[in-house]
Amino acid sequence: MNGVHDMGGMDGFGKVEIEPNEPMFHADWEARVMAMVRAMGAAGAYNIDTSRYYRETLPPHVYLASSYYQKWLLGLENMLIDKGFVSDTDMAAGHAVQSAKPLKRGQFTRGDVERIMTRGQFGRTPQAAAKFKPGDKVRARNMHPVTHTRLPRYVRGHVGVVERDHGCHVFPDSAATESGENPQWLYTVVFDGRELWGRDSDPTVKVSIDAFEPYLEPV
Amino acid sequence: MSPQDHHHDHDRSELSETELRVRALETILTEKGYVESGALDAIIQAYETKIGPHNGARVVAKAWTDPAFKKALLEDGTKAVGTLGHVSRVGDHLVVVENTSARHNMVVCTLCSCYPWELLGLPPVWYKSSPYRSRAVKDPRGVLADFGVTLPKDTEIRVWDSTAETRFLVLPMRPAGTEGFSEQQLAELVTRDSMIGTGFPKAPGAAS
Repeated sequence: MNGVHDMGGMDGFGKVEIEPNEPMFHADWEARVMAMVRAMGAAGAYNIDTSRYYRETLPPHVYLASSYYQKWLLGLENMLIDKGFVSDTDMAAGHAVQSAKPLKRGQFTRGDVERIMTRGQFGRTPQAAAKFKPGDKVRARNMHPVTHTRLPRYVRGHVGVVERDHGCHVFPDSAATESGENPQWLYTVVFDGRELWGRDSDPTVKVSIDAFEPYLEPV
Repeated sequence: MSPQDHHHDHDRSELSETELRVRALETILTEKGYVESGALDAIIQAYETKIGPHNGARVVAKAWTDPAFKKALLEDGTKAVGTLGHVSRVGDHLVVVENTSARHNMVVCTLCSCYPWELLGLPPVWYKSSPYRSRAVKDPRGVLADFGVTLPKDTEIRVWDSTAETRFLVLPMRPAGTEGFSEQQLAELVTRDSMIGTGFPKAPGAAS
């Protein structure tokens, strides 16, 4: 979706504000939100792409006005309600009123913590041969899916070069809407800064994205 | 929370409203049996103790002192880091990119906040902020200036936008004047920002 989260190349947000000796969390509730998001994901309530998609679908004015963990909280609430794990009645009461819905991997316990400290694996067995190889010129498709995608707007329609082949990975565009993993080849594609930002831009800049094969077409 | 409730001064009532919502949600998840009581505390404790830039710094220091490890690290980051028993496991898809005098690497996630948690900890607020996410790909030199970092005019700047589950770690250049330093001494010079590409390692002898 062409959401406000897709910020690459936007102007007007000002300087980067750096906080010296920044703590891991700025309030206890931030840590609780992070832990709830991790726990419910590990228990199988949703996958990582769905959770990103829910944050992206927050209304733009809410997205921009909310802190990072506020966005996580709002996305989590919406997701748990939509998927039937929590109801509006529960939320209004502040307690479990309606009965629980079974989780794919069951209750998240203390024994599961070790498991989530290692990243998940997203590599999958290829379903078909790779269409591109390092060195190939490719164009990022001019595509505008209305659901989740990981192809940022600032590269669409632009020509780059395949630099690395990462193998086949879970396709976020499908996984986000729970339409299956639909594994796709993943490549690092490098764009010249002037291809993206015009001939007057900094000639020393190169930008790469990691692009799934359906995002690319041969040049 | 409606946007009207959100004030720029983050007043107390707004914060406590968020706190109440968080507590209510946690109560519901626990009462429904989705999350074992105490499991959230265990997650938070694990994040506070097991991950952080000290893990990344050890990887960098090892690469600075061991050419075979450095070669392996640049070829397959996940596999190479996996050989270091003392560093937390990193899972798949770690890509390590080397800074040289000709090329400076910098990492961003324009779409959200993808970041190598295991090696660098949870990302700082600036990394997740709109200014960094919007400008890093279009005006990296301007962003670096916000960090007080200036590069030679002809240095290539390569920005890695983390748009998939690959995670990027910058291998900064080893500071001059560190000949004969031990891995431990070198690791102390490696800063978090130097591994994102928005800073340099500390100079030897500089105050920490």
